[in-house]
Amino acid sequence: MTIEDWLAGACADADRRGLADLKPLLESLADATRALRTAGWEDASGTPAAPRPAGTARPPADGAPQ
Amino acid sequence: MTVPLHFHTITELGPLIAAGRLSSEALTRACLAEIESHDPALNAFITVLGANAIAQARTFDAEIAAGRCRGPLHGIPISLKDLIDQEGVPTTAASRVREDHVAERDAPVTARLREAGAVLIGKTNLHEFAFGTTSDDTAFGAVRNPHDPSRSPGGSSGGSAVAIVTGMSVASIGTDTGGSIRIPSAACGTVGLKPAWGEVPCEGVVPLSPSLDHVGPLARSVADAWLVYLVLCGQPTAARWPLPARRSIKGLRLGIPRQYFHDLLDDDVRERFAASLAWLRQAGAHTVDVVIPHASGAAPVYLHVTLPEAAAFHAASLAASPERYTRNVRLRLEMGRYVLAEDYVRAQAARAVLRRDVDAALDGCDALVLPTLPIPAPPVGAVTIDVAGTRQPVRAMMLRLTQLFSLTGHPAISMPIGDTPAGLPCGLQLVGRLHDTEGLLATAAACEPFVIA
Repeated sequence: MTIEDWLAGACADADRRGLADLKPLLESLADATRALRTAGWEDASGTPAAPRPAGTARPPADGAPQ
Repeated sequence: MTVPLHFHTITELGPLIAAGRLSSEALTRACLAEIESHDPALNAFITVLGANAIAQARTFDAEIAAGRCRGPLHGIPISLKDLIDQEGVPTTAASRVREDHVAERDAPVTARLREAGAVLIGKTNLHEFAFGTTSDDTAFGAVRNPHDPSRSPGGSSGGSAVAIVTGMSVASIGTDTGGSIRIPSAACGTVGLKPAWGEVPCEGVVPLSPSLDHVGPLARSVADAWLVYLVLCGQPTAARWPLPARRSIKGLRLGIPRQYFHDLLDDDVRERFAASLAWLRQAGAHTVDVVIPHASGAAPVYLHVTLPEAAAFHAASLAASPERYTRNVRLRLEMGRYVLAEDYVRAQAARAVLRRDVDAALDGCDALVLPTLPIPAPPVGAVTIDVAGTRQPVRAMMLRLTQLFSLTGHPAISMPIGDTPAGLPCGLQLVGRLHDTEGLLATAAACEPFVIA
């Protein structure tokens, strides 16, 4: 889904729910999503980070959070 | 002028109590008197356990009289951020949403403090559900900074920091998801430790973002934070007392990440930080500039992890009673309901890159050193603030220098480094290696005498 499509849908839903105050926040979230998607998440060796599931109870074996 | 005993550190008070030269009851009564005098104006506490705290203190005094000392926290009044369960006491999370809640049992951290002899004196005010950095969106009235009551104490553990500065408790337990221990510590002039992620149990603590939440101490010195940290981790402190001699400052290697972290700094904060670095170098520490390549990407990553995790926890009460949240916290939670799953997964994956970045910056260094907050405490209720000639959102500024290390799980500590000309405290942040919170504490203890003005 493109960010533009997502934002249009989210703002329409906020209107439908009577949460017009939410729309400026959703616009700022769209900016943040754009930044997240275009940040170039590679490590120094150029290897992209592999998605990992979120740990919520305990850190994985190496003790670091997901 | 003599400093009243209830403003002293645990390392000073503990031996007096152990030797029977100071009663826990007298110390607890002194803290309660401060609460009675100052809390109506500062709003640091939500629940004060007056008679209950005195009863606890008398029990601990009787143990000393019978020859039993539980360790350095024996008889020391400590407050809990009101996200943390204490049996028989409400855990409000500073929200009307939890109006009728009473904890059925102690959180593990509460039980450990009780076993170590801490007097649990009360529950401190916070930003509602810890979802903010200024402690002004709360059902119990905005927390005020004791250095200037028109200013925020930072947050979300704002009441905890205020309690320590004003003598209402000797130490406090807070939580830190993006900076909520370190931010109020810097804004109020206390020491605040975010341990490495996963070291201190979060059971019995109302979650904000479970993959980021940390529990840790706010205190008056690094040694005090160290002692409380050991208790929170479940380590016996009696056997560790006194703590090992601190590391020497001479030859200590400190990495300074300037890119991104120094791009937006208030002039007074920049001056205080530069003076602290000069003192550390003069004392024998070596400094080297380091780079954290993806640091500028931390804010969107933090947002895409925190928002949906918080929204998931609050989904049922958002649907049932949205009007019971403060407006700003409700809107932020609602925002989390719109984050796409694919972006949450992207953000979680990005954390691994950020963690490798920070590990690489720490290679060859004992710790990273940077300001904790880029600005002094902002006015209560401010939404934007001027920084270096630009208008910036307060929330983004408050999180700017701390959230990265919550995302990566590295231990981090904030220490006071003196005040701005307007009398507002500034904080210096040290970041240690993963898995090595005690190494960070040793480094911080070595630096402490040279940075506290």
